Amino acid sequence: MTDVLEAIDIRQRFDNGGAAVEVLAGVSLRVGAGEFVSLLGPSGSGKSTLFQIIGGLLQPSGGEIRMGGEVVTGDRGRIAYMPQQASLLPWLTVAGNIELALEVAGTARAEARRLAHEWLERIELAAYADRYPHVLSGGMQQRVSFLRALLMPRPLMCLDEPFGALDALTRMQMQQWLLQLWEQSRRAVLLITHSIEEALLLSDRIVVISAAPAVVLHELEVPFARPRDETLWTDPQFNRLKQQIYGLLRQDDEPGPPPLRAGGER
Amino acid sequence: MGNKWLAYWPSAAVMTALLLLWQGAVIVFDIEEWFLPGPAAIVRETAAIWPRLLEHTGATLRLTLLGYALGTTAGIAVGMLFHLAPGLRRSTYPLLVLSQNVPIIVLGPLLLMWLGFGMLPKIVLLVLVCFFPVSVAMLAGLGSADSSLTNYMRMIGAGNWTIFRRLELPHAVPSLFSGLKIAAAYSVTSAIVAEWIGASKGLGYFIQLSARGFQAPRVFAAVLIIVLLSMLLFGAVALAERRLLRWRPRSTEGGKRP
Ligand SMILES: Nc1ncnc2c1ncn2[C@@H]1O[C@H](COP(=O)(O)OP(=O)(O)OP(=O)(O)O)[C@@H](O)[C@H]1O
Ligand SMILES: [Mg+2]
Repeated sequence: MTDVLEAIDIRQRFDNGGAAVEVLAGVSLRVGAGEFVSLLGPSGSGKSTLFQIIGGLLQPSGGEIRMGGEVVTGDRGRIAYMPQQASLLPWLTVAGNIELALEVAGTARAEARRLAHEWLERIELAAYADRYPHVLSGGMQQRVSFLRALLMPRPLMCLDEPFGALDALTRMQMQQWLLQLWEQSRRAVLLITHSIEEALLLSDRIVVISAAPAVVLHELEVPFARPRDETLWTDPQFNRLKQQIYGLLRQDDEPGPPPLRAGGER
Repeated sequence: MGNKWLAYWPSAAVMTALLLLWQGAVIVFDIEEWFLPGPAAIVRETAAIWPRLLEHTGATLRLTLLGYALGTTAGIAVGMLFHLAPGLRRSTYPLLVLSQNVPIIVLGPLLLMWLGFGMLPKIVLLVLVCFFPVSVAMLAGLGSADSSLTNYMRMIGAGNWTIFRRLELPHAVPSLFSGLKIAAAYSVTSAIVAEWIGASKGLGYFIQLSARGFQAPRVFAAVLIIVLLSMLLFGAVALAERRLLRWRPRSTEGGKRP
């Protein structure tokens, strides 16, 4: 069976005022049908950059993107996307925002409207369908933003730190909520996250990348059965895996030979 | 309702006090009417020549509205064009700014010379006045759409046209309205200047005529109408803005008066 997404040896360097900076130094990953994959890496390692390449916003310096076996490097409009900030258009109602995303993805207007209202009802936001986004709390905005991605008729959902801006409690509730919704639909998902717990709770597989210039440090299958819930947090194996990944990231974080000290101590 | 009154009565009280002071001074110092008429004399004169005033007001209003409509439409169109064609903007923008540096008091007679005495030179003058603030505001609004929103739209595969129509255009509306309001504030006075320079009707013409005849109450009556017209036009634009921008959070609208 062909993978929904294959990123093959993706390289990206930026020209930062004359000095070339290498951000991605050959990152490969794949997402199979119905698979939930998390991309875990330190801040600034190039995770969002990789998303921009998958989304066709950036042309990579090297490597190629395949979707369903077809080379689509640089093509836009093939993924459903949930950005880090909710990014709802303030002049459209909540339902209007969802409808716009669906229309961009090629859904007919009437069908988009029906879907938006049906699903807002289902996630208990029907009362806000015709309100403007600014009256929603941060958590509610993220739910709308996720719904917008979920309803786009595209084979792969890319979620860029969807809960990064939320407080710990809301974040936990949102993870639970997303898990429930996702387990009903089983779409292919690629999730960017900083949080080891989040990755372990949600995904089938975790890809750990290093700081820039980023390479894949490690890839592991998450062995827990579904459906999952937060009781997983007390599982000894959960903690073992958490320690293992934490160790990987810390190792990567350790500087090479210590820099030479300035004068004084000589 | 009660709240509104509470908010407005200080300025209303000051206005009334000033008017009383004015009327009082005119009576106490026995100032001649041709030199400085009191409010009462102005009202009396306004009532006396009302039909004539109304006719001139109609002419000025027609000129203002036509010039404003054409000028702002052109401003919006050019703003969009410059946004969509950056090359054109870079080559033409300096020229646009330059055109605004010619005082209309100079431009007026030139236009009159070139385009004759009819309605046309006055309309052209008004179009020139209204056009600039609107095109600048439109261009600024279109260019300042949130880059994270633009990125989102691109990531989900929206084309340039969709981004223009669904993101940049609605984003530009608040900025556009600040341009429309500036143009509204300038347009009535510019119409008066245009009529002053050359016309056979309109309030500008009427003021010129009255001033020559030392009929100060008539000048003041016309000025009063000009102020009212300006406020009316500005108010209409502000009202349209409020209706169109209901999506904005209340607090950014300035909220309560201090
Ligand atoms: N257009 C660009 N031009 C130059 N440098 C860029 C550009 N985009 C990203 N970078 C650099 O690439 C690096 C990786 O950025 P990126 O946003 O992909 O990191 P990230 O892994 O998503 O980080 P975070 O987890 O904090 O969101 C950063 O050092 C950033 O400065
Ligand atoms: Mg990022």
